[in-house]
Amino acid sequence: MSADGQLTVGLAQIDSALGDRDRNLARHRQWVAQAVDAGVKLLVFPELSLTGYFLRDLVVDSAIRLDGPAMKDLLSLSGDLDVVLGAIVEEPDHRYFNASLYLSRGELVHVHRKVYLPTYGMFDEQRYLASGDRFRSFKTSYGRAGMLVCEDIWHLSSAYILSLEGVDMIICPSASPGRGLSIDERLGTAESYNLVCRTYAQFLTTFFLYCNRVGYEDGANFWGGSMVIGPNGDILAQEEDADEALVVATLDLGDVRRERLANPLLRDERVELTINEMRRAWHERTRKPY
Amino acid sequence: MSAPASLTEPVFPPLAINPELVRKILVRFIQNEVQKVGYERVVLGLSGGVDSSLVASLASQALGPNNVLAVIMPYKASDPKSRSDALQVVQQLGINQLEVDITPQIDAYFERFPDADQRRRGNKMARERMTILYDQSSGFRALVIGTSNKTELLLGYGTIYGDMASALNPVGDLYKTQVWQLADAVGVPTGIVQKAPSADLWSGQSDETELGFAYRMVDQLLYYLVDRRYSKEELSRLGFEPAFIDDIIRRVRDNQYKRRLPVIAKLSSRTVDQEFRYPRDWGH
Repeated sequence: MSADGQLTVGLAQIDSALGDRDRNLARHRQWVAQAVDAGVKLLVFPELSLTGYFLRDLVVDSAIRLDGPAMKDLLSLSGDLDVVLGAIVEEPDHRYFNASLYLSRGELVHVHRKVYLPTYGMFDEQRYLASGDRFRSFKTSYGRAGMLVCEDIWHLSSAYILSLEGVDMIICPSASPGRGLSIDERLGTAESYNLVCRTYAQFLTTFFLYCNRVGYEDGANFWGGSMVIGPNGDILAQEEDADEALVVATLDLGDVRRERLANPLLRDERVELTINEMRRAWHERTRKPY
Repeated sequence: MSAPASLTEPVFPPLAINPELVRKILVRFIQNEVQKVGYERVVLGLSGGVDSSLVASLASQALGPNNVLAVIMPYKASDPKSRSDALQVVQQLGINQLEVDITPQIDAYFERFPDADQRRRGNKMARERMTILYDQSSGFRALVIGTSNKTELLLGYGTIYGDMASALNPVGDLYKTQVWQLADAVGVPTGIVQKAPSADLWSGQSDETELGFAYRMVDQLLYYLVDRRYSKEELSRLGFEPAFIDDIIRRVRDNQYKRRLPVIAKLSSRTVDQEFRYPRDWGH
């Protein structure tokens, strides 16, 4: 944790060129420079920021290997600040993952491989990608963090598991296409994400960093709306519009402790009861005769 | 059938839009999808109807009036009011315009096929206009911007490779009743928003007469059927006539081919549009 208990975070709400890693890397460099100038110590890019989202068969051409030459360029982004970015990662066994990488001081600190791959409606991720098999938190210079990629947060258990690991902050890079027209000033998707992210922050008494992209791919619009949420559920900073923007907020990291003293939800959480009840429910569901 | 009362009757609540939000999304869509592939300009067929007038307005806002070319392509049987409405839009927006009377080329062709019915003639005109737009797109270094709305796309009320052909379409996910709301909000002349929609293949033609139902009615049914995936029984419980439901379901099904690439005989293990799946915006 920094000496004064403050952390200035930045959300790089950017557009990405579809399947053009070189161009996107150059753009990451520009946004990193801008964030450094703004005093940002942790900069979050959207889901698949290095490649764009609706890749389809471009998944294969856009992938990087964690032990491959492209990593050097990515690690070099994190010399002056911590960086979270999104990439397609090819494993040695040639499975491809939608991954989020936490980089710090030229090192790879943590990789989260997206677990919940949406394959319905306009989404087709399972056709092209393998799904991750774990939710794990990790230590940063600013406390314990966990990462969830977009659809991961639509499953309550993902954030819940991270909270049991005692995270101070959940980072959610996203590539959410906007849809759902009504007379409201925001699309249905924007309303839903606001509700979900704020609920997690408040229920789990943790900071929540949501970074969504902007731009268009094959007609789909990404609605931005990136937000920094405090452990009491308040939005500390948000870019509501679909413009490219650097959303900056300075977090008082002591807020997590204070919130958990005021609302000791985590202390009172009955984890063992939950596990037992889940095991029972699962048993009944899977052993029940048809 | 009377005028569509596009502005006077209350909007079916689930199809009510926030016009400013939609306008912003569509203006940016046009900017983004045109500019990222290296273009600055668009060309469109301006009929003087509400769909193309709306698209002209959105394109003008997105790219600037100098970067929009509206091509007015009347046939001798077209209603003169269509031409004057189109010219009003051109003048209001300050966009470029070109007039091409398609009568000589249509008549020259049908001299050989005098027995051709209205439908053949109408489709031929739509395709003739398409070839003019694509030629002008080359001359004007522009993309062809489409004007088919969601109601037309679902019902197949359009000519394949005619008015349905374009490089990008900002209004294809808006029902006709939503087009009316947006057109009114962006300042399309009220007379154009309120007039009875027409393919204008002959003077006095009306979409709603030809289709046999009002857009307001079919949009409600399509909303429940397509967007909300109501079953026939559920639609019927909502009060829609079973015969109407069947007719619309049949139309949507029978026109599916218009919304797809031609069917390709599969032979290899990686066939275009089957296993060969790349985004349209590949590299952009």
